[in-house]
Amino acid sequence: MNLPFEIPFENTVLAVAKGTAMIAVVMGMAAYAVLVERKVAAWIQGRPGPNRTSLPLIGGIPVIGPFLTRLGVFQPAADGLKFLFKEDALPGHVNKFYYVLAPLIAFIPAMTTMTVLPFGVWTNAEGVSSPLVLANLDIGILFILAVSSLGVYGIILAGWSANSKYPFLGGIRASAQMISYELAMGLSLLPVFMWHAGNDSTMNIANIIGAQSGWIWHWTIVTQPLSALIFLVALFAETNRLPFDMPESETDLVAGYNTEYGAFKFGLFFVGEYTHIIIGSGVFTALFLGGWYTGLPLLDAPVGILGLLISVSVFLTKTLALVFFFIWVRWTLPRFRYDQVMSLGWTKLLPISVANLLFYTVLIALIETVF
Amino acid sequence: MPTSVKVVDRKPLSFSERTYLPQIVSGLKITMKNMFKPAVTLEYPDERPKIPTGYRGVPTLVKDPKGREKCVSCQLCEFVCPPKAIRITPGSIAEDDDQAHVEKAPKEFEINMLRCIYCGYCQEVCPEEAIWLQDIYSVSGYSREEMVNKKDKLYELGGTLPDDHFKWDKKKTAEEAGGAHH
Repeated sequence: MNLPFEIPFENTVLAVAKGTAMIAVVMGMAAYAVLVERKVAAWIQGRPGPNRTSLPLIGGIPVIGPFLTRLGVFQPAADGLKFLFKEDALPGHVNKFYYVLAPLIAFIPAMTTMTVLPFGVWTNAEGVSSPLVLANLDIGILFILAVSSLGVYGIILAGWSANSKYPFLGGIRASAQMISYELAMGLSLLPVFMWHAGNDSTMNIANIIGAQSGWIWHWTIVTQPLSALIFLVALFAETNRLPFDMPESETDLVAGYNTEYGAFKFGLFFVGEYTHIIIGSGVFTALFLGGWYTGLPLLDAPVGILGLLISVSVFLTKTLALVFFFIWVRWTLPRFRYDQVMSLGWTKLLPISVANLLFYTVLIALIETVF
Repeated sequence: MPTSVKVVDRKPLSFSERTYLPQIVSGLKITMKNMFKPAVTLEYPDERPKIPTGYRGVPTLVKDPKGREKCVSCQLCEFVCPPKAIRITPGSIAEDDDQAHVEKAPKEFEINMLRCIYCGYCQEVCPEEAIWLQDIYSVSGYSREEMVNKKDKLYELGGTLPDDHFKWDKKKTAEEAGGAHH
């Protein structure tokens, strides 16, 4: 950056600006993910979905206004304001400190993981490319796995501090589910790291994406479909989405861990959940769907600002398509029973992921010795 | 055990069924197809359902095409009404009125919509075809008084219905022609 004037603490200011921008974008996406969720649910069920909320000025524009209103574009604003301005009741029977702490603990990890997720690439005139990411950690994926799993503490804490049986059961289920699926998730990623070894550091997400450049069959989902499947299933479980939304399961647990929450604190859980889905989709895109590469070498990342725009939009398109997939699955499948979730995790996914790891270890060893 | 019982084997799930995946894919296909179908809902206050003929909605009083109120306050509906929702105060038509030969008309006609059960007996019993259960299905009000439909409200809701007979006109012509007992 060559500005005509000096900015004091330039790096700090830049970092804060970038961070704020990223938070704003992800929060906006989370808000609109809620709208997409409601709209897709409605369309699948043969309903129109939210189509009333309107803004005074924009809603009044002749054709566009009613169209946007029908599409429910202004709904997230209304939802957000509602959560913000509702009376924030504090039930008398809760453990107050942890009750207030829980939504924060659920929300902060979801927002923290975005720092290491690269979402585009900038290639300068010399042909040196650098990923667009807040913090280009060499252990990026480990950081995401570690921090995103912390979110479950918020759920457990919410379930426990509410002093109420349904949240409590929801919290227990969340912790059991997290432990069961975290193993399979981690094991399904090991072959991916091994496959892309040969780069400097394969735990760096940008490097993993870089290794998937070129033709579409370089994508990890093509070379390791089983790893991708296991990771996806585990991702559904980790983000507490149907068919694995045990902690919430509103048919048997009222609303699960957030039963005793309302207003802004519930809003934090809600946004945290959707942020989790968006970041999870982003991670899946980065690890398995070739990140910002289109799969056609011709179209990949030209130099300069055009390449930057293309890479960011390709990455966002893939991520949003995956978010849509999450929503689509939710309104298709019924919830697993709790014991089915456990048996699927321990007796199916875990052995399969171990077998998958062994298979790829041997395969990679063979490839490396033969070629 | 009777021989007619047919025992159906429950086959063990095949491998592909146990992976859930083909079933999930077929489910996803169904929901995707559903997404592009038009909505089946009715956006109620903006769109109204089509009311079938013969629907028993709010009971109303009607006038004939010439604007004559058809009710002659015979009070049959009041007597037949199972929940006693109807109250009629009979009145007579003034001597100088050109409908004077009809003799009677209701002075007050009240239907309490908090009592009405929409059975349609009043319409069935009415010899003058003056009371009709039409297509109004949504009744609301802020007070009990508001829920009692008075005579002018009843005529306003009822409007005019076609009449094939004009029996009082025939009676009048017959009377004037001398054959009083039509």
